[in-house]
Amino acid sequence: MKKIKLVLETGEEFLGESIGYDIDNIYSLGELVFNTSMTGYQEILSDPSYCDQMVVMTYPLIGNYGVNKDDFESLTPALKGLIVRECPEEGSNWRNEYSLRELLKRFKIPGIAGLDTRELTKKIRNNGVVRAVLVPENYPLHNIQLVLSRPMGTDQIARVSTKNPIHFPGSGKRIILMDFGYKKNILRSLMVRDCDVVVVPWNASLEAIQSYRPQGVLLSNGPGNPKDIPEVLPVIRELQKLYPMFSICMGHQLFALANGADTEKLKFGHRGANHPVKDLRLGKVFMSSQNHGYSVTNQSVANSELEITQININDKTVEGLSHKTLPAFSVQYHPEACPGPEDTGWLFDEFLSGIRN
Amino acid sequence: MSLNPNLKKILVIGSGPIVIGQAAEFDYSGTQAVKSLIEEGMEVVLVNSNPATIMTDKETAHKVYIEPLTKEFLLKIIHKEKPDGLLPTLGGQTALNLAVKLEEEGHLKRLGVQLLGCRVDTIQKAEDRKLFKDLMIEIGEPVPQSCIVTTVEEALSFADKIGFPLIVRPAFTLGGTGGGIALKRDELITTTTSGISASPIGQCLIERSIAGFKEIEYEVIRDSNDNCIIVCNMENIDPVGVHTGDSIVVAPSQTLSDKEYQILRSSALKIIRSLKIEGGCNVQYAMDPHSFQYYVIEVNPRVSRSSALASKATGYPIAKIAAKIALGLTLDEILNPITKKTYACFEPALDYVVSKIPRWPFDKFVTANRRLGTQMKATGEVMALGRTMEESLLKAIRSLEVGLYHIELPSLVGKSREEMIDKILKQDDERLFAIAEAMRIGVSAQEINQLTKIDMFFLSKIDRIIAMEKRLVTLEKNPEVVRDAKRMGFSDHYLARLWKVKEAEVYDWRKKHGITPVYKMVDSCAGEFESSTPYYYSTYEREDEVLESSKKKVVVLGSGPIRIGQGIEFDYATVHAIDAIRSMGYEAIVINNNPETVSTDFNISDRLYFEPLTVEDVFNVIEREKPVGVIVQFGGQTAINLAEPLALRGVKILGTSVDDIDRSENRKRFEEVLRGLDIAQPLGCTVTSMNEAVEKSAHLGFPVIVRPSYVLGGRAMEIVYNELELLDYMKRNVQVNPEHPVLIDRYMIGREMEVDAICDGETVFIPGIMEHIEKAGVHSGDSIAVYPPQTVGQDILDKLSATTLSITSALNIKGLLNLQFVISGGQVFVIEVNPRSSRTVPFLSKVTGVQMAKIATRAILGESLIQQGFFHGTLPPKDFVAVKAPVFSFAKLSDVEIALGPEMKSTGEVMGKDKVFEKALHKAFVAAGVIIPDSGTILATISDQDKDEALSLFKRFHQIGFDFIATEGTAKLIREAGISVRTIARIGQSENDIIKEIKSGRVAMIINTISKGKNVESDGFKMRRIAVERGLLCLTSLDTTEALLKTIERNTYTMEPLS
Repeated sequence: MKKIKLVLETGEEFLGESIGYDIDNIYSLGELVFNTSMTGYQEILSDPSYCDQMVVMTYPLIGNYGVNKDDFESLTPALKGLIVRECPEEGSNWRNEYSLRELLKRFKIPGIAGLDTRELTKKIRNNGVVRAVLVPENYPLHNIQLVLSRPMGTDQIARVSTKNPIHFPGSGKRIILMDFGYKKNILRSLMVRDCDVVVVPWNASLEAIQSYRPQGVLLSNGPGNPKDIPEVLPVIRELQKLYPMFSICMGHQLFALANGADTEKLKFGHRGANHPVKDLRLGKVFMSSQNHGYSVTNQSVANSELEITQININDKTVEGLSHKTLPAFSVQYHPEACPGPEDTGWLFDEFLSGIRN
Repeated sequence: MSLNPNLKKILVIGSGPIVIGQAAEFDYSGTQAVKSLIEEGMEVVLVNSNPATIMTDKETAHKVYIEPLTKEFLLKIIHKEKPDGLLPTLGGQTALNLAVKLEEEGHLKRLGVQLLGCRVDTIQKAEDRKLFKDLMIEIGEPVPQSCIVTTVEEALSFADKIGFPLIVRPAFTLGGTGGGIALKRDELITTTTSGISASPIGQCLIERSIAGFKEIEYEVIRDSNDNCIIVCNMENIDPVGVHTGDSIVVAPSQTLSDKEYQILRSSALKIIRSLKIEGGCNVQYAMDPHSFQYYVIEVNPRVSRSSALASKATGYPIAKIAAKIALGLTLDEILNPITKKTYACFEPALDYVVSKIPRWPFDKFVTANRRLGTQMKATGEVMALGRTMEESLLKAIRSLEVGLYHIELPSLVGKSREEMIDKILKQDDERLFAIAEAMRIGVSAQEINQLTKIDMFFLSKIDRIIAMEKRLVTLEKNPEVVRDAKRMGFSDHYLARLWKVKEAEVYDWRKKHGITPVYKMVDSCAGEFESSTPYYYSTYEREDEVLESSKKKVVVLGSGPIRIGQGIEFDYATVHAIDAIRSMGYEAIVINNNPETVSTDFNISDRLYFEPLTVEDVFNVIEREKPVGVIVQFGGQTAINLAEPLALRGVKILGTSVDDIDRSENRKRFEEVLRGLDIAQPLGCTVTSMNEAVEKSAHLGFPVIVRPSYVLGGRAMEIVYNELELLDYMKRNVQVNPEHPVLIDRYMIGREMEVDAICDGETVFIPGIMEHIEKAGVHSGDSIAVYPPQTVGQDILDKLSATTLSITSALNIKGLLNLQFVISGGQVFVIEVNPRSSRTVPFLSKVTGVQMAKIATRAILGESLIQQGFFHGTLPPKDFVAVKAPVFSFAKLSDVEIALGPEMKSTGEVMGKDKVFEKALHKAFVAAGVIIPDSGTILATISDQDKDEALSLFKRFHQIGFDFIATEGTAKLIREAGISVRTIARIGQSENDIIKEIKSGRVAMIINTISKGKNVESDGFKMRRIAVERGLLCLTSLDTTEALLKTIERNTYTMEPLS
């Protein structure tokens, strides 16, 4: 058993057992966030939105059912570290291919187990998201300070987005999926509805998109701060005039910015599978899967082209927006689930039914 | 949505007596729901027949009726109270069935009462096998292939079609009574026969057995706006095949991937929506361990044992929320009572592992069939929380209080591989221990997985425990290893045994090495939101979360799992003690591990520690909280037994001192006390060898009562009539030696009386005296108790009071004392004292209006009885009669002797109260579920020594319209008295034997006294079992028989021709 430690920028240290990629001489730096989902670790760690982040799983036993071929949300996990209370050597499930520890090693993700993850979670809750570094047990202190003093990059979306367009043929409507770091289940959700999907890079030009003659556009989820990519806002403004548009998570935030609303960083974000969202038109509440550190500010929507359609029951943050005049709407959470509840899968149907044949 | 404006007054139905399959969880949910309704401004009327509950305290609701839960009594109450709504979803199957009856017969409509929480068609769709299956097929949810049958022939033809194994599920029964798995034809015949007879509508579902699948449960809530949430899902360690009530269960599920979790979650939401339930609901699934295939097994359209468990496991109070939903509120309008910042409309996230282990009554029922199957057999359960699976499991094991502190059963140690595998295949209550033992001798987890289908995840955790045992041996007293072991939940007791030192030394060693637990909070949101729920569990982590407080604190120890001999009565007293402590300005801290009860509702106390009740776990809490002291006298024998070891560690025991507790429990010292007071006690002695036992018994004179020292609920106690039986008893039950003495007392036949007294150290107050209907020899917990006494004179009552006052004073009791007496030859003999709260405290508190546990607690904390307005002496009796009658769960436990004796057998109790004795008694019988015949045929078989007494009863029965069938000797007796009787052959002596007669349905009741002595004739046993299984009244005590006769006489007419 090899010991490594997690050091927070506040100086606190947590010693634990290395369960992932060996970090003998290197370090791993990231923004420390927590996720309260009790299942779905494979989907979480392969969600590109976690790029440059380290995730603390609040549920203490992670890795119980191993890793399978089907549940990846991207080909290459982008997170910087996985922090758990306990991770078994082997998983137990009929679909299990290999263990979570093995996955971490294969994708060069450092992982740490055995520490008090609840203490860590409460620190994040109370002090807000912090940066942290995973290092070997006796990594020199001044090096740690040096690492932690470096600014974080702002290029996460560019790093996780596809470099070239990819076409997923289908017999139905042609949908452009703008890739800010999309989860595979967004694609699957479209494809099971017979869509013909073209995934385009985050910075695809309006002309390039138009050249596919799409019938609708979906802006995907993705990592980081939406304000890091102002160049896509004019494209979004044009696209929404041309095609019915549906936006998820990062896409939702970009949609808001493109239409004059504002975003802000939340203290510790929403990451989990139990967030109650109320649809103001239906008067009903749905459980949603969430993963976001930024949010659209409520007040900013009043001066925009948008209206709030859904709010979070707990902190009243904006969960859904709709354009006042155009067929474009968005949600902050993940209707594609994976992990998490499937309560809002109907949004894909709503999007597609708004597209004329 | 908001409150329904038509609702002002709500009638809530409780679940009645505690029986296997329907226990304390309904006191918890009922109490919580009533409070919740009152919070919303409702006037609440409550009906329940069980006096031992918090729910039936008059402070709980605006009006509380302790009356039998039958349609007739409910109608009277509805007429009298005119409620606007009836809420039946919190009182288990009992309340639901009553609601269906009231609605179907049109009473609710006629009386303008709205049914809340669910609709009758919903109940029927969920409960009626055929309607349920049709609904599932309609909404596209998979159910196993099945067929509804009302005859054995139909079952067989279905088997011919689809083959075996099959499972038989009777419709509308508690805990699956009468059902089971059939692997072959003859098993199908027996199981279907018993299933059809157990079902009130004579219907069974025969379905393809999916034994071996993962068994998963979801707790769902839906409101009137169709918002739905999952509170919790749970996974049974025991795969499908063992009733969920008898399964070891963990929460949340451990082996489901998110895909599987969401498939079942979506299905559960679909089901609750299609049933249109407004409130809580439980859906049970079987999931194929090798594919996404799943089946819906069952839906309970109400709160249940599982929802109580889920509430405690997550902190989300299901019953409380369900009650508000029943009034029309929606989930997004109700605040989350834990965070008080977020709303009830969310799904709890756990950051710990919960284990539940059932507590079975096989220590009492040694002859019972211990195999676990579709019939639930457990009487109670424990729950434990930990940050690892191992910790949670090991804490749960030591919470069981079966003398185990580790996953190790001494009786299995040293057995061979074959024996262990056989034991595992038996699928009994000890399987978990057998698995661990098998692993110790090298059986692989894979092999056990093949045998049991228990998921490798769980088996590998047990394997890790075994590996840790080995590490602890190899690396002796290595602090790092010990720390790891503690993180896996290993007990100090285990380490002490390993290191061959006293447990206290392990504690000292741990302390020296800084290996001490911290306490984590249960907050329903995995730390995401700030909360201040004072609900904690121990674990070995870094950060401790206990909120500091400057108030003075008092710790109350709860009573652990419900078991025969220690039931809900002790939880009742614990809750009252908590109330009193808080009212005296202290913080009340409760330590307990029973998820079903009111005392473990985190709203009841200032702080709840969900912990095993062992010296180690309790002392850790005490060290953390530093209370002024600990109260041990309300948590039954569990808590009392902790007094001395805690005191040895320097803990202040509040109330009666440890030395005085010993003076009342230690036989020799107690004898001295009585001698000093010149109070009589049946002659008795303590023996330490076989020879001594024989010699001294002869001297005392047979019959004698024999028992091991320090027992609870009369365990292993027997009456023996001669030397032969004595020797037999000694061989079977006890290892007699100087360390384990055996007590022998002369058995005195007489009327038994029971008294509970309160003392503050000076003043002794007696709220009331109770008389037992059955003579000494039947355990007091199984006898019918009557308040005030009906058959003894004032002189005896005065003697009882005087004796009680002097014993209580002499024992320096501070708090409660329970005393049992026998009256023989006009003299009062003391047979037992218990320096603690007793089984009769709730009953006596309710009938006398003296809240004994509260008063005792205040006295313990320094407020004298005089200051509280009481006096030295006995409260005069009230002008009504109250009867407490025992309720048994014999139908659930095959191969258990139902004849009453000195060993306690009842699981619960009911109360009947009225102006005169016979009416109160009648109510008690009705409430206990006894179907009282007012005429018909009595089947009698009476032992020789009871014949005179029996005959006089038979004459009275005859006078009011009963006739007789009897076995030869008894028939002769009856015939000689000039009463016509038909002689019936004993079992097997003729084709038309006694069994056939019982099965014919011609018998109204059975009166059968067993020949004294323990050579229980197998014939009688078989007959009594068949009677129980067919729901036929079978009386084994002539005292009970006479009591019943009195109520029949009162309610019927004599049939005499003109003379």
